[in-house]
Amino acid sequence: MLDPYKIREDFPILKRKINNHPLIYFDSAATSQKPKQVIEAIKEFYEKHNANVHRAVHTLSQEASELYENAHEEVAKFINADSMEEIIFVRGTTEAINLVAYAWVLPNLEREDEVLVTLMEHHSNIVPWENLSKTKGFQVKYVEVNDDGTLDYESFEDAISRKTKIVCLPHVSNVTGIINNVKRVVKIAHEYNSLVLVDGAQSVPHLPVDVKDLDVDFLAFSGHKMLGPTGIGVLYGKREILERMPPFHGGGEMIREVAFDKITRRCSISWNDLPWKFEAGTPNICGGVGLMAAIKYLKNIGMENVTVYEKTLTRYAMQHMQKCKTVKIYGPEDASVKCGIIPFGVEGLGSHDVALFLDSYGIMIRSGFHCAQPLHEKLRLKSSARASFYIYNTREEIDRFVEVLRETEQF
Amino acid sequence: MVSVKDYIARIEEACGKERDFIVIFKYDKKNEAMTKILKKAAIKKSVSQIIFELTFRNISFRLYGTGKAIFRNLKNKDELEKVLSDLLL
Repeated sequence: MLDPYKIREDFPILKRKINNHPLIYFDSAATSQKPKQVIEAIKEFYEKHNANVHRAVHTLSQEASELYENAHEEVAKFINADSMEEIIFVRGTTEAINLVAYAWVLPNLEREDEVLVTLMEHHSNIVPWENLSKTKGFQVKYVEVNDDGTLDYESFEDAISRKTKIVCLPHVSNVTGIINNVKRVVKIAHEYNSLVLVDGAQSVPHLPVDVKDLDVDFLAFSGHKMLGPTGIGVLYGKREILERMPPFHGGGEMIREVAFDKITRRCSISWNDLPWKFEAGTPNICGGVGLMAAIKYLKNIGMENVTVYEKTLTRYAMQHMQKCKTVKIYGPEDASVKCGIIPFGVEGLGSHDVALFLDSYGIMIRSGFHCAQPLHEKLRLKSSARASFYIYNTREEIDRFVEVLRETEQF
Repeated sequence: MVSVKDYIARIEEACGKERDFIVIFKYDKKNEAMTKILKKAAIKKSVSQIIFELTFRNISFRLYGTGKAIFRNLKNKDELEKVLSDLLL
């Protein structure tokens, strides 16, 4: 079992006071806090190893290249990918999804084809498909969500067809924390020869994720939600699919050769190997180093322990929040089907009011749509307040959170 | 010449159909801003000096002791700036 009090010692920011109260950070679904091991890795990189990667022969560049490649290796092992060739570093989940949209969907889909997404997506898994459908003419179809926020698997089975070329779904909803049955979706999608793209932004930081076991074709996630720095994220893709895809961006690093033909007066271009084919320009080297440190930190704790602890916290929080007369928790009552995310409302207060009220006591939560407006509309919510937990949160913090929530009863 | 910008660090506009405007006052000006607002607006309710529910020219809004305010049901940012100008200047 993980020891949150020992873990908290690694997070300098948790010593802060906000509005004269000890900081309680319940917004890890938006971004996580960073342990000193990650902060130190970034500092050490810039103090000792900073240089551009690849194609330089000097010592510093060799060191930076090795660190950057090791970061890809570390990610590959973390999600059980076959090799680092399947790991593309991007800015975050949004860029990873856009990469698939522009490098796989754009060249492969025609008017008669369909992209299947769910009504529980983050906007980043809706907007790229809707944008491209305007250019290419393919259909974007939406899988229904049940009244409790769970995925309607019958609706999925009704919606999928031979026209479906790619199915996109979140592993874990960023609003409700519900864990979707990805294996079930993948099995059916593959029977229809459709690829599956999973948004792992809320799952990879909190659950053991094995891309081979899930058999997903693409998995997108962000470093900053899993203790790493902002500006670094990952697209995992099956090697045979990535090899067939053209590059997303053009520039340095992603090419093997740019040869000028004196007769045609054109350049012929050949691509670099995976994963560099998809990493044009100078990459976020330090971000990769920071992400590697974050993964080592999580592996040291053990992802099974992370999951068990967060579920325990979530169950505890839900039980105690339900005692507040003014609080209504949205989504399923069963904490075991969720990750550490609790959407809720407070009678008589808008979600932003709830967040500002809690902020007065040093408690940081999210409010609004959480970039998932269709899901809020489906659940008939104007907006929601969202508390989200991670390894550094404690029962005492939840007790304080509930105590402050109870003050809303007098409003 | 004093302007509204002297008091305001940021205005966050919530997305969706029912847009909330969240006004965050500058840290060193928040007490002055709150004093001015509390003088001009009528207090409907308050909780422990943390939340003040206020009305000003038929506009309801909430002011927080931390130097933030939420305005609802305004047409647009221009209307918000007009209200803030009347409250602060």
